Amino acid sequence: MKTTDLIASAISNTFRSKTRMLLTILAIFVGAFTLTLTSGLGTGINAYIDDTVSGIGASNAMTVTKTSADAGAGFGGDSGPAEYDPDAVSAGGVGPGGGGTVTAMTPDDLDELASIEGVTDVHATKSISTDFIQHDGGTKYVVGVGSLVPGQTTQLSAGVDPDDDTDAYELVLPTSYVEPLGFSDAEDAVGATVSIAITDANREQHVIEATIVGVAEEALASPNGTSIIPNDALTDTLFETQNIGVPADQVDRYAQATVWFDEDASDDDIAALKDRLADAGFTGTTVADQIGAFTTVIDGIVLVLNAFAIIALLAASFGIVNTLFMSVQERTREIGLMKAMGMGSGRVFSLFSLEATFLGFLGSALGVVIAMIVGTGLSAVLADSLLADLPGLTLIAFDPVSIATIILVVMVIAFLAGTLPAARAAKADPVESLRYE
Amino acid sequence: MNAATLSAPSSPPAPVPIISARDVRKGYGKGQNRFEALKGVSFDLREGESVAIVGKSGSGKSTLMHVLALLDAPDAGTLALEGTETRSLRGAKLNRTRNKTFGFVFQQFFLTGSQSVLENVILPMKIAGVGRAERRRRGLAALEQLDLADKAKNKAVNLSGGQKQRVVIARALVNNPRVIFADEPTGNLDSHTGAVVEDILFTLNREHGITLVVVTHDEELAARCDRRILIRDGEIIEDSGVAA
Repeated sequence: MKTTDLIASAISNTFRSKTRMLLTILAIFVGAFTLTLTSGLGTGINAYIDDTVSGIGASNAMTVTKTSADAGAGFGGDSGPAEYDPDAVSAGGVGPGGGGTVTAMTPDDLDELASIEGVTDVHATKSISTDFIQHDGGTKYVVGVGSLVPGQTTQLSAGVDPDDDTDAYELVLPTSYVEPLGFSDAEDAVGATVSIAITDANREQHVIEATIVGVAEEALASPNGTSIIPNDALTDTLFETQNIGVPADQVDRYAQATVWFDEDASDDDIAALKDRLADAGFTGTTVADQIGAFTTVIDGIVLVLNAFAIIALLAASFGIVNTLFMSVQERTREIGLMKAMGMGSGRVFSLFSLEATFLGFLGSALGVVIAMIVGTGLSAVLADSLLADLPGLTLIAFDPVSIATIILVVMVIAFLAGTLPAARAAKADPVESLRYE
Repeated sequence: MNAATLSAPSSPPAPVPIISARDVRKGYGKGQNRFEALKGVSFDLREGESVAIVGKSGSGKSTLMHVLALLDAPDAGTLALEGTETRSLRGAKLNRTRNKTFGFVFQQFFLTGSQSVLENVILPMKIAGVGRAERRRRGLAALEQLDLADKAKNKAVNLSGGQKQRVVIARALVNNPRVIFADEPTGNLDSHTGAVVEDILFTLNREHGITLVVVTHDEELAARCDRRILIRDGEIIEDSGVAA
């Protein structure tokens, strides 16, 4: 029998007992549906994190802090209270992983960083704390100042990123400040002028006028959060203003710096670079390190959910075994006849396993399609209600590779379930099958 | 047609019999329950003959047919198909030989009711791997031959008994077999339709030279065959063809 005929026969045989087929497919459907939704959940959340990765930093950048005497490199590294360090400053953190108390870096430290092998560029993160932001004499709001190092992007709902090459003072406003500052919407805010107040070391308050060039959406791991993002010109001015009255030898103190390395660096290269930084007394954290924790937790949850779906599929596979056993039983004569007519056992086996695989395909395709419709609908509803505060998040997203994988996995499970009845069919003795009394 | 497996050196004076059985034995079960269905059966089947294997139920006639049709292997003795020892036929080669050489007509029809008449008829060609268009053409031709062309698209389950048996004959014919094995071909039919089916089988035997092996306990049907082999308790009691 030709393979194409074999497949066609298997497909048409599947539809012979429609009720039974439908029930079996329903069982598979439940498994495939669940698996699609849970993996869609993982895809959606991880895609959201990936989207915001560029908000945290470029993939070839590393946030470097000076390693404090007993402050560990990360979570769980701290043991007991830290000793007072007069050089310690609070790190105005960029993204998760920042914050906490670190030893300030000096220009000497920056030079040392630049000299480390593998470091292509060093950029100090200037820590600025402003007093308030105000528009057109309205209410004053507290605001933080973030920074956007090259390679970072932010998700803008209106306008453009701040231009670092201009002398004009530009900034990007977080979307949550649009209405409080008296703008009707994001578009309205773009182009407007706001006043930023900052106090220097002499307790004297300065007000600097800047233009809003863009409005940033709030994102889970965005660098701005509820901070404005000034361009270089504005950053420098704010930093200088803040440091008026600070003793000259205390001016250039940075909580952290960003170092760049080769874009093509492998994981091993990065690890080696971190070791060299550690030897020099610095702690380097890449974006991947910062995102890693998030992704691991989400992957873990999705894995557990997927396990439940797999259990459902296993139950369904027993349904397949049952269905096919009944089918083999019913078609004993037909199998015997086909074998008498010269159909080999291998082909009989293939015929029944193909039927099982096709059942798996039907069930999974149906499950996947309906799960995609339901998932898309659910995300749309949630995005407008429960998750309205997280713009850009599609809770349940689907990527073609994992969808294809689910269908294939279900088909493989169905095939395996079908081998048992198929083997029985293949073993059938034509004489025995054709006997009638 | 399958020249490789079937061609055998044929000596002109006495043509090689299409099937030759020598002291064929076949038993079932073990020990105390051992049952000898065939106890040393020997005979030659000449090409173009019509042979009736007659006997009561349990006489071993069905077992003999199964052995002759290569559905079952004998425990002892030899069986030659056109001079070729069938023991050498195994696996795919055996399946191919059966597919190309034999046609089967069973009392119980063994049609797939949910499939169309044409689908049922072309099954042997499907198994043989014949192309779709060729299958259809030959299937329709076989149905035409049995006056069933107008039923080609009907579901097999909706046919009358006589029509079903004609479909079965069409299916047995479709691969141009050299031997048709008919196991109680008229057992499930009333005498009129039974006679029609018999006529069809004997016409095929006469006009197309297809060797016909009929297993039956119907003496009237047996009488229409060229040769009658009576079997009882696994042994040939009488063979009208021995002298010929």
